[in-house]
Amino acid sequence: MSAVCVGSADELKEAGRKVFDLEGTEIGVFHHEGAFYAWHNNCPHQGGPVCQGRLFRLVEEEVEANRETRGRRYHESRVNIVCPWHGIEYDVKTGQFPGNPAMALTPAKVYVENGEVFLDV
Amino acid sequence: MNDPATSLHTLAPKPIREIDTYSDSRDILAHSKREAQLKGYSDWLICDVDAHHVETVSWNEVVKYIEDPVLRDQADTYHKERTGAPPYGLNGDLGMRYQDVGGRIPHQSDRREKVETKTTHRDVVLTRRAMDGLSVDHMVLFPTPMLHLGLHPQPEMEVALAQAYNMWLTDRILSEDDGIVTLVYLPFNTPEEACRTVERFANKKGVIGFCVTSARHKPLHSNEYMKLYRMIEETGKPIAFHAGYHWQDPSLQTLPNFLSVHALGFVWCSMVMLTNWILSGIPEKFPKLKSIWVESGVAWIPALMQRLDDQYLMRQSEAPLLKRMPSDYMRENCWYTCQPMEKSNMKALELSFEMIKADTQLLYASDWPHFDFDTPGVIHDLPFLDETAKRNILGLNAARLFGLPTEKRQNKFILD
Ligand code: FES
Repeated sequence: MSAVCVGSADELKEAGRKVFDLEGTEIGVFHHEGAFYAWHNNCPHQGGPVCQGRLFRLVEEEVEANRETRGRRYHESRVNIVCPWHGIEYDVKTGQFPGNPAMALTPAKVYVENGEVFLDV
Repeated sequence: MNDPATSLHTLAPKPIREIDTYSDSRDILAHSKREAQLKGYSDWLICDVDAHHVETVSWNEVVKYIEDPVLRDQADTYHKERTGAPPYGLNGDLGMRYQDVGGRIPHQSDRREKVETKTTHRDVVLTRRAMDGLSVDHMVLFPTPMLHLGLHPQPEMEVALAQAYNMWLTDRILSEDDGIVTLVYLPFNTPEEACRTVERFANKKGVIGFCVTSARHKPLHSNEYMKLYRMIEETGKPIAFHAGYHWQDPSLQTLPNFLSVHALGFVWCSMVMLTNWILSGIPEKFPKLKSIWVESGVAWIPALMQRLDDQYLMRQSEAPLLKRMPSDYMRENCWYTCQPMEKSNMKALELSFEMIKADTQLLYASDWPHFDFDTPGVIHDLPFLDETAKRNILGLNAARLFGLPTEKRQNKFILD
C-alpha cells in the first residue's frame, strides 16, 4: 500500500470535495464538518462515477405527533453525495444510502499529516 | 505515515472534474467504457434497442419538413419570432420535467457539452459519443417529448409533426451513420396516415421497424388497424410499442410524485396495450408480425402472463381467437427490452428470464440519456446467465430480429 499526498488540507477544506485518479484508482476526498472522508469513485449500483456527482443536503419529511405530514425539508447538516448516473444518494460521512445502510460506498483511508492530506492506495 | 507497511508514493494525483450539464458524454460514461474493456465485452456485438435524442432541440429544423404549407409557415414564423417558446405544435407536460430529480442527474437535466456541428449534426455527434461510451454497435434512436404526441387533442397535428419528424430524422440523422437506426413513428391516431408512413418509410436507410408511442387512448385491436398490421407484417419488420407515463390518466391521478408515476405509468401502459394485443388474438391474425414491448423493465411480464392465463382459463369464450395460452403468445410472438431492469431480487429476475424465454426474446436497451439508463453491464454481470445468453440479449437477438449484421461493426465511426 502506498500513501499519496493529494494536496494541502487548507486547499481541500476550501474546495469541499476533490476527486483524483491515482493510476487507475479513482478516489473522492470530501471535507464536511471539520473532518475528511474518502470514498472510491465507483457506485455500487452500476459502477457510476459517484464522487463526481453533486452534493445535496438530505431531504427529510416532517411528521407531527398526530402523524400528519408537514411536507419535505432539507436536513440542517447531513449531506449526501449524489451519483450522477442515476441519482442514488450516499451520506458523505458514512457512505451509506439512507434507505438501506447495506448499500454503501467503499471507503478509502484518508488522513492529515503536517497540513497535507494523504490517501492510502 | 500511520501505518508502517505504507510507503510514500510520489505519483501525481490527476484531478477529475465534477459532472455537470456541460460534461462531455464520453466523460460521463467513462466508467462504462472502462468496465467493458476490463471485462472484455467491448468486443461483443451490442445493439441498444432504446436510446433517445431530444428532437425539440432541433425543432426549428424539423418543422421545415411539415408538408402542409400553411402549418409549415406558421411553425417557421413561430420559431423565428418567439424566443424561448416551447416547440411549435407539441403537446406535453411543459414544466413538469422532474426526471432529473431536482438537478441531481445533470445529463438528464440538459446536455450543454461542446459539439462542433460544421460537418456533422449535433444529434449524430451526441449519439456517437453515447455509442462509444456504452460500446454499442447499433443504437435505435427514439424521440423524447414526442412520446406524448399520441395524446395530442388534434389528430391532424400528430400526423403533421410525425411525418415532419420522420422526414427530418431519415434525411438529417440516419443518413450520416449506418449504426444509428430507428423504428419510425406511426401517427397511430389516424390509421390511414400510419399506413402511408409504412409505405413511405419502410425502405428508407436506417428504418428497421415501426413504433407506436403507447401513451394514447385508441384501442390497438380496433378493426381500423388491421390494414396497418397486415402492411407491417408484409415488410417483415417489427412493430414496437414504446411505453410512456401519462399523469393525467385517471388511474394515476392519486399518485403524488414522479417516483410513483414513473414506476407505475410505464408498466401500466404496457400492460393495457399488451393485454389488448394478446386477448384480441392479434398474434393469431398476424402470426408473422413481431411486436416489441419497450421500456417497462422485466418484472411486469411474468405477472401479466400468470394473470392472463389464470383469467383466460375461466373465460375462454371472451377471447375465442386464442389457440394457446396467453403466456405462450407473450413468450413466442413478443420481444421485450430489458431497461430499466429490476435487480433487487436476483431469484425473481432469474425466474422472469426463464418465463419470458429471455435467451431469445429479450433485447438490451440503455434508454440513454434518461435518468434510469442501463449500461450493458447490467446484462453482462448477471450471475445466472451463460455467455451465449448474454451475447444474445446484448446484441444477437436484436440483430436477428431487425436483420442487422451479427458481426461487431468494424471502423464504426470517427469520434469528433
Ligand atoms: S451507478 Fe450510481 S446511481 Fe447508478
